[in-house]
Amino acid sequence: MASIFKNHAKLERHSMLLLLFIVIVVSIGGLVEITPLFFLESTIEKVDGMRPYTPLEVEGRDIYIREGCYLCHSAMIRPLRDEVERYGHYSLAAESMYDHPFQWGSKRNGPDLARVGGKYSDAWHRDHLINPRSLVPESIMPPYRFLAEHDLDYRDIKDKLRTLKTVGVPYSEAEIASAAEDLKAQADPNQSPTKLKAHYGDKLNIRDFGGGPDRVTEMDALIAYLQMQGTLVDFSTYKADAPANTR
Amino acid sequence: MSGKRTTDPHSGTETTGHEWDGITELDTPLPRWWLWIFYGCIAFAIGYWVLMPSWPYPGGYTKGLLHNSTRAQVAVDLAALKAQRAVQGQALTNASLEQIEKDPKLQAYALTLGQITFNENCTACHGHGGTGSKGYANLRDDVWLWGGSLEDIQTTITHGIRSQDPETRMSKMPSFGADGLLKPGEVNDLTEYVVALSHRKASAGAVARAAPLFANNCAVCHGPEGKGNQAFGAPNLTDRDWLYGPDRASIHDQIWYGRGGVMPNWGARLDANTIKALTVYIHANAGGS
Repeated sequence: MASIFKNHAKLERHSMLLLLFIVIVVSIGGLVEITPLFFLESTIEKVDGMRPYTPLEVEGRDIYIREGCYLCHSAMIRPLRDEVERYGHYSLAAESMYDHPFQWGSKRNGPDLARVGGKYSDAWHRDHLINPRSLVPESIMPPYRFLAEHDLDYRDIKDKLRTLKTVGVPYSEAEIASAAEDLKAQADPNQSPTKLKAHYGDKLNIRDFGGGPDRVTEMDALIAYLQMQGTLVDFSTYKADAPANTR
Repeated sequence: MSGKRTTDPHSGTETTGHEWDGITELDTPLPRWWLWIFYGCIAFAIGYWVLMPSWPYPGGYTKGLLHNSTRAQVAVDLAALKAQRAVQGQALTNASLEQIEKDPKLQAYALTLGQITFNENCTACHGHGGTGSKGYANLRDDVWLWGGSLEDIQTTITHGIRSQDPETRMSKMPSFGADGLLKPGEVNDLTEYVVALSHRKASAGAVARAAPLFANNCAVCHGPEGKGNQAFGAPNLTDRDWLYGPDRASIHDQIWYGRGGVMPNWGARLDANTIKALTVYIHANAGGS
């Protein structure tokens, strides 16, 4: 024992040697903590209905991140009685499986948004984003009027999907190729949704989300994202009390 | 540089043995209280590993002796909540909406539950206490777009208005101007006609020109006298209650664009008892019909 401490004195006196050993020790700690997570099959619950986000939702999510919504809104319902009572079923790992990065947040100046999808109408979201105080007088949320005025810039939507594919979201080449087309089809009810539905299934909100029928604004994208939040997983087939799902 | 560890004569503490130009360094031991807390933390961590879920390994993780699970715990907590509410909950399930209103005790319970539910879910659109705002119906008055009876209110809450529920209340006022169904001048005339309907001063010429237009385009839903029809959610145009505003510009916009609000189908989010309580709350609050 004493000899170990004696040898430790050598480390303390050679800074490069100390640095090397620090790196080794931290790596071991990191590997032990992180590596098993990649092989842990029970992390992500097996659920029905989860799908990659549509191009319009991806753009909306990017606006959500750009405007820093996560700074005041969490999007993660914890398995606590009062939260489940207020917001609905607690969030599952599966619901964040296509999030890079996830938007759980940790601060709740505003309500949790994990299951805000379908809770309010599109018109409400639009009115509320333009002037939160017009509907909720005590709100301290800033107004986001400009979202309704800015056309959505989605020239790089293909690259965004490709990037997400690189980090593990299973977009097919066909989905990437028609990303812009799919984006327009979701925001405009007058276009054929056949291709969009073939790519992303039937569980889609396809309509003008409030930006006006002849244009796709940032407001459309953000509302499309919010209206999808927490609605994808089919809880009728999810067994919350199965041993694999309780943790 | 390094030398022999000696005892400092002044403090009685050992030195590190380093010496620079005659200056030596004390090797003062860590305070005992700090050291014991440190050892205590290590012991706690080991205990935690054993008792709680901690170490992941390929294919699983150590469950811990306590088998602690936040998800199992929340299920227990929710079941306890349900048991706590069982007596009144069962009474709510068994009673009809009318019976709830007649039983003061049950009504008080329903009103409390309804108010809590209303504050969390409904105030965002309908305002605090249900006073509404432009485009969002006032629930404090006795004017009802889709009916104000207990059953009507329950149906509206459960299935929503223009919602994704297959049984949703559904109607669509045409966009008479935007879709070119009427000419801009005709929309202007109709605006005057609607103003006249609500017993206000309007241009007599325009009203006369708009009378056949109203009969052909509007009377189907709003009725020949403009008194509305709750089957279509068509508002009464002769009263002083305006969903989208009473002024000429608002009326014109409504004829032009034919806006229709969306109310979510709360049956997908709230359980049947909660909706019953909410119905009773809204009915009592508004002086429902």
